[in-house]
Amino acid sequence: MKKLLEKKSSSAGLEQQAVKAKARQGFFVGLPSIIYLLIFFLIPLGYVIAYSFATRSRTGRTELRDWNLDAYVRLGEEVVQAVAWRSLWIAVLTTVICLLLAYPLAFYISTRRPVIRNLLLIGIMIPFWSNFLIRTYAWRVLLSSDGLFTRIVEELGLGEGRILFTQPAVILGLVYGYLPFMVLPLYAAIERIDWSLVEGARDLYASGWKAFRRVVWPLSRPGVIAGSILVFVPSFGAYVTPAILGGNKQSLMGSYIVDQFMDARNGPLGSSLSVLVLGVMLIGTLIYFRQGGRNL
Amino acid sequence: MKKWIALAALLGVFSMVAAGCGSDEETSSSSAAAPAETEAPAETEAPAETEAPAEESEYKQCAAGETDGDLNFYNWTEYMDPDLITAFQDEFGVTVTEDFYPSNEEMVAKVQQGNSGYDMVVPSDYMVSILIEEELIQPVQEAAVPNKGNVDALFADPPYDPGAVYSSAYQWGTTGIGIDIGVTGPDIPHTWGLLFDADLAEQYGLAGKISLLDDPRETMGAALKYLGYSLNSTSESELAEAEAIIKDAVGRVAAFDSDQYSELVVAGETIVGHGYSGNFLWDFEEGESEYDYFVPDEGGTVWVDNMAVLSDAPHPCTAFAFMNFLLDAENGAQLTNYNWYASPNGAALPYIDQEVLDNPIIYPPDQSKLEYIADTGDFEINFTDALTRARS
Repeated sequence: MKKLLEKKSSSAGLEQQAVKAKARQGFFVGLPSIIYLLIFFLIPLGYVIAYSFATRSRTGRTELRDWNLDAYVRLGEEVVQAVAWRSLWIAVLTTVICLLLAYPLAFYISTRRPVIRNLLLIGIMIPFWSNFLIRTYAWRVLLSSDGLFTRIVEELGLGEGRILFTQPAVILGLVYGYLPFMVLPLYAAIERIDWSLVEGARDLYASGWKAFRRVVWPLSRPGVIAGSILVFVPSFGAYVTPAILGGNKQSLMGSYIVDQFMDARNGPLGSSLSVLVLGVMLIGTLIYFRQGGRNL
Repeated sequence: MKKWIALAALLGVFSMVAAGCGSDEETSSSSAAAPAETEAPAETEAPAETEAPAEESEYKQCAAGETDGDLNFYNWTEYMDPDLITAFQDEFGVTVTEDFYPSNEEMVAKVQQGNSGYDMVVPSDYMVSILIEEELIQPVQEAAVPNKGNVDALFADPPYDPGAVYSSAYQWGTTGIGIDIGVTGPDIPHTWGLLFDADLAEQYGLAGKISLLDDPRETMGAALKYLGYSLNSTSESELAEAEAIIKDAVGRVAAFDSDQYSELVVAGETIVGHGYSGNFLWDFEEGESEYDYFVPDEGGTVWVDNMAVLSDAPHPCTAFAFMNFLLDAENGAQLTNYNWYASPNGAALPYIDQEVLDNPIIYPPDQSKLEYIADTGDFEINFTDALTRARS
């Protein structure tokens, strides 16, 4: 490194070189993760994008020639549109429910004493200690005909208790799975709010509701947006929950993509669908950066 | 200097990826041709691509009983008697490594990359024809597999591999209906209508207690059969009729499930399920109610899984020796007695347990209306789309 510095010192200022050297050092420190991302993210992504322009052979092999847009044209078909809109609807619904449940909870947690706060946060994270797939299968047991959930609902006289293999079961599973992803960023945002601002608002005769609406809500918005994206993105492509709790009765994006690869052996369409999902997620992330990300 | 080391390391990892990552997640492609790896595959390209579909005459010729190394066997889950593996290892002094796959598509995705390292695979009927067309499997060397003559005449000239040149039947079974007759009573009509017909559902209280396979070919096929058509129909209007049948039934269907359909029946979560003979049999043994399995009178799917040796098998001779070993009369019988799927091995019949032979689930009495699923080429996409539309 030193040699390099000496050699170049004639052409540019020392200070500049120091900055450059630092940048280079930073590059080497970051190298492992750069390699990791390159191998496990960029290259596979390249495959997916290349596949989406390729051709399905009669035997279901993806031929990497005769590049065309057929797989993208098919995205406009009614069957694909129906799947996409349904997935979008379920993702939005899951996100809204998560937000409604998580906001009061995050508010409550962030206004407790530090000890209790930490205990509650650990409580939020405990589900992560066991595998998502196992927890989803556990829900299947709870929701089955003589499952605990079903029996409780029926004991309470709330009508037909068995919701396994229905859309409500899918929503329930998704909300259950992704609620922590909403709570944690919300907590981070609300916890950071300077409460003297709220006091100031109250001093200026703002009602409690108005103080919330004009002070707390705007300040917590980065958390709302971050949490919404963290919930929306995986819900849109959810595969496990609709299959296990929904009985795959409605085709959603995740299962439809798997169908393309594993049943129709149609790599190009499966890939163009994946690109579509990526696009929706990218739009979500861009909204996040434009709306609130920079305030975080 | 350091830079070069880093660069070399990077390239090394790169090329490992080029060879490795393709095999797992991609459905199909020759990995070396993928555009994303432009700079790396210099070293990997050669082995991955060139030797896969070698000329037929260049396949290594094997003699009966000859082995050329340890066997890498790629098979379905829970499909092979471990004792048979042990016996083969002891007899031939080789080691058998068995890996498992849950679907034909997954197996083919791995094999298509070339250089999978596997010697023998067990594809189902329609997949055999695809593998042949793609030149991924090599002809069975009769000289190395003298027991091939043991295969029953029924399986000696299958439509998916005329003359059984490339494959040799392993086990066979049917797709049909498993039902809890403890609930419905034993006098039920043997029809696909149990899955699709509203009146029958009403009569036997099946609404919301039905599961269908989550498999476009099988499920659309059942509806096509119900309508009296071939399950390999490539008529768009017939497929549309079948789609309407399933769309009408979706309201009464509990789940589309290809993994747990038999457990669902046994757990009482469903009453009637659409699925494979062997799986139902296996789980019905443990259930508390009374169960039945049958292929409906309209006819249904018969499937045959086949042993085939890959074109790029590293140890083809061991693979053929193993094929010959499994086609032996007593070994074939042992396999069926173990996994309760029917044996295509005619010579094995005398050694199969009577209990298994008499079981109409394993050996359906009327085999005249059974049909193989055949690959329909580009029409496969229509099956997937029809099922997607039907269930939404």
